[in-house]
Amino acid sequence: MSGDFPLPPILQTPCSSEPVLITQGAEGRLYKTTYLTPNLPCALKYRPPKPWRHPTLDARLTKHRILSEARILSRCRREGIRVPGVYASDEVGGWLMLEWVPGAPVRVRINEALGDRQSGIEEDEGLKDLMRRIGKAIGDMHAVGVVHGDLTTSNMMLSPKPLNEVDGEPEGQKGCLEGEIVIIDLGLASGSLLIEDRAVDLYVLERAFGSTHPRAECIFDQVLEAYNGTFKQAPAVLKKLEDVRMRGRKRSMIG
Amino acid sequence: MAKDSWIALGCEGSANKLGIGVIRHTSSNETTILSNLRHTFVSPPGTGFLPKDTAAHHRAHFPQLALRALKEAGCSIADVDVICFTQGPGMGAPLSSVAVAARTLSLLWDKPLVGVNHCVGHIEMGRTITGADNPVVLYVSGGNSQVIAYAEQRYRIFGETLDIAVGNCLDRFARTLKISNDPAPGYNIEQLAKKGNILLDLPYTVKGMDCSFSGILASADALAATMDKGGFTPEDLCFTLQETVFAMLVEITERAMAHVGSNQVLIVGGVGSNERLQQMMGEMARERGGSVFATDERFCIDNGIMIAHAGLLAYRTGYRTELKDTMCTQRFRTDEVFVKWRD
Repeated sequence: MSGDFPLPPILQTPCSSEPVLITQGAEGRLYKTTYLTPNLPCALKYRPPKPWRHPTLDARLTKHRILSEARILSRCRREGIRVPGVYASDEVGGWLMLEWVPGAPVRVRINEALGDRQSGIEEDEGLKDLMRRIGKAIGDMHAVGVVHGDLTTSNMMLSPKPLNEVDGEPEGQKGCLEGEIVIIDLGLASGSLLIEDRAVDLYVLERAFGSTHPRAECIFDQVLEAYNGTFKQAPAVLKKLEDVRMRGRKRSMIG
Repeated sequence: MAKDSWIALGCEGSANKLGIGVIRHTSSNETTILSNLRHTFVSPPGTGFLPKDTAAHHRAHFPQLALRALKEAGCSIADVDVICFTQGPGMGAPLSSVAVAARTLSLLWDKPLVGVNHCVGHIEMGRTITGADNPVVLYVSGGNSQVIAYAEQRYRIFGETLDIAVGNCLDRFARTLKISNDPAPGYNIEQLAKKGNILLDLPYTVKGMDCSFSGILASADALAATMDKGGFTPEDLCFTLQETVFAMLVEITERAMAHVGSNQVLIVGGVGSNERLQQMMGEMARERGGSVFATDERFCIDNGIMIAHAGLLAYRTGYRTELKDTMCTQRFRTDEVFVKWRD
C-alpha cells in the first residue's frame, strides 16, 4: 500500500523494517514504523501538502494543527487520559510521531458486532458496556479541560489489554468488544472548560454515531448515562446538550 | 397492461428561482428531460431578494412558465401522471406561492400531488445526470451547506454549516462590494476572483465535519471597509474568500469520505457550479483514487426538473401527498425523507 504515495522525507532513510501505510485519513496518512529501536512500533502521522489549498493557507493550517495536536496530546498524558504518547514532531515537515496503539477503531468493532442484525440490539450487554466505556473516556477527557472537536467512532480505538494481562491476540479479535478506549486524532482538539464546547463535542458524536451506526442509535443513551457520572459539571453539560440539539439547523419545529 | 412510462411536472420555488420542468421515466429506467425552464428574480446590486417580492415574482410568472414547459415538452395535460412541488426547505412565502399553484394544477387537471424535499431533489438529479452510484454528496447553495451520504434508506447528514450557508456568505459579500446580482452574485464573485492573487488572512472555521461561515463574512466585510488604505483590491478579497471557504468545504468533504470509506464525490446546489470549487474537489478526489461528479448550471442551480425527478421516483413507489398534507415548511431536514426507491 505504501507504494501508492511517495513516502514523506522523514521515512525515506533506509530502515530495517519497512514503513507501512495504514490508512489515508481525511487529514493525512498514517504510517506504521519504528521509533529509536526496531522493536518499538510507532505511528507517523503525516499531513502532506494539499495541492488544492492555497500554499500560504496550507502551511498555516498544517503548522497550527501539528503543534496544537502535540500540545493537547502531551497535556492529556500529563493528566492521565489514555491517548497516544508523543515521540517527536516537525511542524514544518508536517509530521507527528506517536505511540502505536494496537487494536481497531471502535467503528469497526461496533459494525462487526452489529452484523446484519435488525433486532436485539437494545439488549446487547456487550455493546452497551462498550457505549458506557466510551462515555466514561469522553467524560474523563472533558474533566481535564480538553474538547476533541471531531468525535466519531473512527476517532476512538478499542485497544485490547497487553499480552501479559490477558491471553489473546495482540491486535484484538474480530467482534471482540473487550479492551480499553483510546481517543485518537486530536487534530481539531482544543483546551476548553466551557459547558457549551463540551456539549457541542457530545452533539458531534451523537450525530456522527446516528449516521454511522443508525441501527445502534437506540443504545447511544448509554454513552450519555456513563458520561453523567464522570465529573462534577457533567449533568450541566447534558442539560446544555438538549439546547444544542434544538439549535441544529432546520430542525423540524413540531412539538 | 402494466404501465411502462410516467411523466411528471415539477414546480420549484424555494428561493429566487422559479423552475418548472417535465420529465419522463420508463420502466427500463431511462430518464428523459422533456423541458426545463427557469425564471430568476434578480434584485438590484447591494440588495438581496426579499420573501414578499420573490413570492410576487413567482406568482406572476407561474402560469406562463407552466404552459411553456408543457408546450416545449410536447405533451398534453392528459399525458402528465403527477404534479411534484417543493415542500421545503426554503423561504416561506416563495414556497407557499408555488405550492398554491401546484395545488391549483392538481385540482384543475385532476392529478395527484407529490411533495418533494428540495435537497433530495438536488441529490437525485445529480446522481442521474452524472451516473455517480453511491457518492458522498456536498450540497452547497444559498440556503444550505451539507455533507451527505446514503445509508439504510435515508440521506444522512454527516456535516453541515452551523450558521449561514456558504452561498449566503458569498451572496452577502457581493452585496457589500455592490457586485451585480445578474446572473447570480456567486458567479460574479467567481469571475472577480480569477483576477485576484493576494491571499489575505480570514478565519478558518471547521469543527469536525461541520463548518461556520458567519465569522468569515464579518471578517471579509471588515477587510472590505479598509480596502482604500489596505493595498488590496475587490478581486483579491473575492479570491481570498473563495480560497478560504472552498478549502473548508473540501476539507469536510474529505473527512466524510474517509469516514464512510467512499472515493466518489458529487457536488450539487448553486455553489456547485463554481469551477474553482469543482477543480479543488477534483484534485482532492483524485488523490484519494476517486473522482468528482458535478453538473452544470442547468441542474446545479435550482430547477423544476429535479423536483419532477425526485417526485416521480417517490410516486413510482406508491408515495402520494394528500391535499390536506401539502402545506410547505421552511424547515425540512434531508434525513427526514424515507428513501424507498434505493436499496
